[in-house]
Amino acid sequence: MIEVRSLVKRYGRHLAVDHLDFTVEDGQIFGFLGPNGAGKSTTMNIMTGYIGATEGDVLVDGHSITQEPELAKRSIGYLPEQPPLYTDMTVEEYLLFAAGLKKVPRHERNEQVDQVMDMTGTFSVRGRLIRNLSKGYKQRVGLGQALLGFPKVLILDEPTVGLDPKQILEIRTLVRRLAKDHTVILSSHILSEIQEMCDHLLIIHHGKKVAVGAPDQLERELAGAPALEVTLRADPAAASGLLLGLSGVNTLAPRPCEEAGCCSFRLEQLPGTDLREAVFTRCAEAGLPLLELRRDAITLEDLFLRLTSDDPDQELPEESAPEEEEVS
Amino acid sequence: MIAIYKRELSSYFNSMIGYVFIAALVCFTGIYFMAYNLYSGFLDFSYALMSLMNILMFTVPILTMRSMAEDRRGRTDQLLLTAPVPLWAVVLGKYLAMVTVLFVPVFLAAFCPLIIAANGEAHLVSDYASLLAFFLMGCVFLAIGMFISSLTESQIIAAVGTFAVLLILFLWEDLIGFLPSALSGVLSAFSFRTVFYNFAQYHVFDVGGLILYLSLTALFVFLTIQTLLRRRWN
Repeated sequence: MIEVRSLVKRYGRHLAVDHLDFTVEDGQIFGFLGPNGAGKSTTMNIMTGYIGATEGDVLVDGHSITQEPELAKRSIGYLPEQPPLYTDMTVEEYLLFAAGLKKVPRHERNEQVDQVMDMTGTFSVRGRLIRNLSKGYKQRVGLGQALLGFPKVLILDEPTVGLDPKQILEIRTLVRRLAKDHTVILSSHILSEIQEMCDHLLIIHHGKKVAVGAPDQLERELAGAPALEVTLRADPAAASGLLLGLSGVNTLAPRPCEEAGCCSFRLEQLPGTDLREAVFTRCAEAGLPLLELRRDAITLEDLFLRLTSDDPDQELPEESAPEEEEVS
Repeated sequence: MIAIYKRELSSYFNSMIGYVFIAALVCFTGIYFMAYNLYSGFLDFSYALMSLMNILMFTVPILTMRSMAEDRRGRTDQLLLTAPVPLWAVVLGKYLAMVTVLFVPVFLAAFCPLIIAANGEAHLVSDYASLLAFFLMGCVFLAIGMFISSLTESQIIAAVGTFAVLLILFLWEDLIGFLPSALSGVLSAFSFRTVFYNFAQYHVFDVGGLILYLSLTALFVFLTIQTLLRRRWN
């Protein structure tokens, strides 16, 4: 389990991470979602002990990354955004070095490296210099390095960035397979990727937590009750009177309607209500033909855009400060 | 630490840097040995070492420039600093790898006094004491170079910076002559050239000087660790 407690990272006047709090339970695939420069990489760098936090702490299996860094780091495998590869080594040499670095017992090293090369599909390039590999293979070697020692937690920073569609699919399949035995934390600015892979997600913006939860739970909780689009063959005044008479209506807004003699409305419901049946019954009783009734559900994408859209009033000092990706 | 030491050592020999460093020092050891001892007939190999000191100043920056700067530029420091290894072990592993590379030409130079002895009278004790001082002075240079490399991402800046600092230290005695006598008296204690000349020229086993070398080495290794720590927290 990873607990992030009130994490703050300041670069001069720039607040890269702003009092971030969340918990990742064992066995979860936890997604970090946020626009570029939201603080994803900085948070991951703090969680893995690469950089220190200005305030707050990270506990990995109860061990503080600042107080007991070696114990905490033993439970973590980290693949940064740019894989940390020594390009003058062959794949096998590099993985053996990483195994030594992660204190894998000497007699297990060769076996573990073989296993990891097998899992990441790098067995065929084991004797090649890393500098001569394609980006996809470099990414796999980086992932192999993170897997060595088989840590409980894998932290992957944008693992599919810059790869071609086939490589993206391969990496996603691999991550899903790894998630059976590991807790996986991964970041992305691509919504569909997070939606497809993660069972829990955290949306951050300007270093702040804006939402956390399972994707469908977030849709339910944050979107509130979905609005209804209603089209009737009726006089607009009569129709609006009829609809406003229903209990559970929050707002009713007329919509342009192209058909003659018809009117359309967008009906926003109070949270926890579903007025579709009531609308149908009331229209039928009043003898007004209901031409169209559609539920306008807010998707995760709308939600993401809404949560991470910038309020111009809030952007003051951050503008001149360096981007967090550059600093990390 | 052993994993880092082995990797660093093998990387010096996977690239040309290790070979170039050793070749340059061995080549000039041969030239000075031939000129002073074989051709001019001096009995002391330590005289050749005094000239070799200048070559050491030119070659050390080649060895140290990439030690820290390359990791930072290639982001491989993320691997080292997120591994369950203490920071001092990372720095010490890298430092000891460089010391090992330096040891190779020093070890080869250790045959020269024997060649002199084989052909006549030789001052073996003072020659080997000078060689020890030469090696420890090289260790100070390496620590300074590593520290400067930890300050920058650019290997070129690291190399030029290290050379400049070593040159100032070489000229230390002359430079502090321009300072008021009270100040220059204190500062002259840090002249590593004087310490080495005590060994090589005057055949004095300068224990205080060796302590100075070891202290400076420890200081710059410590400062390198502090630089990395500071960067982590800023």
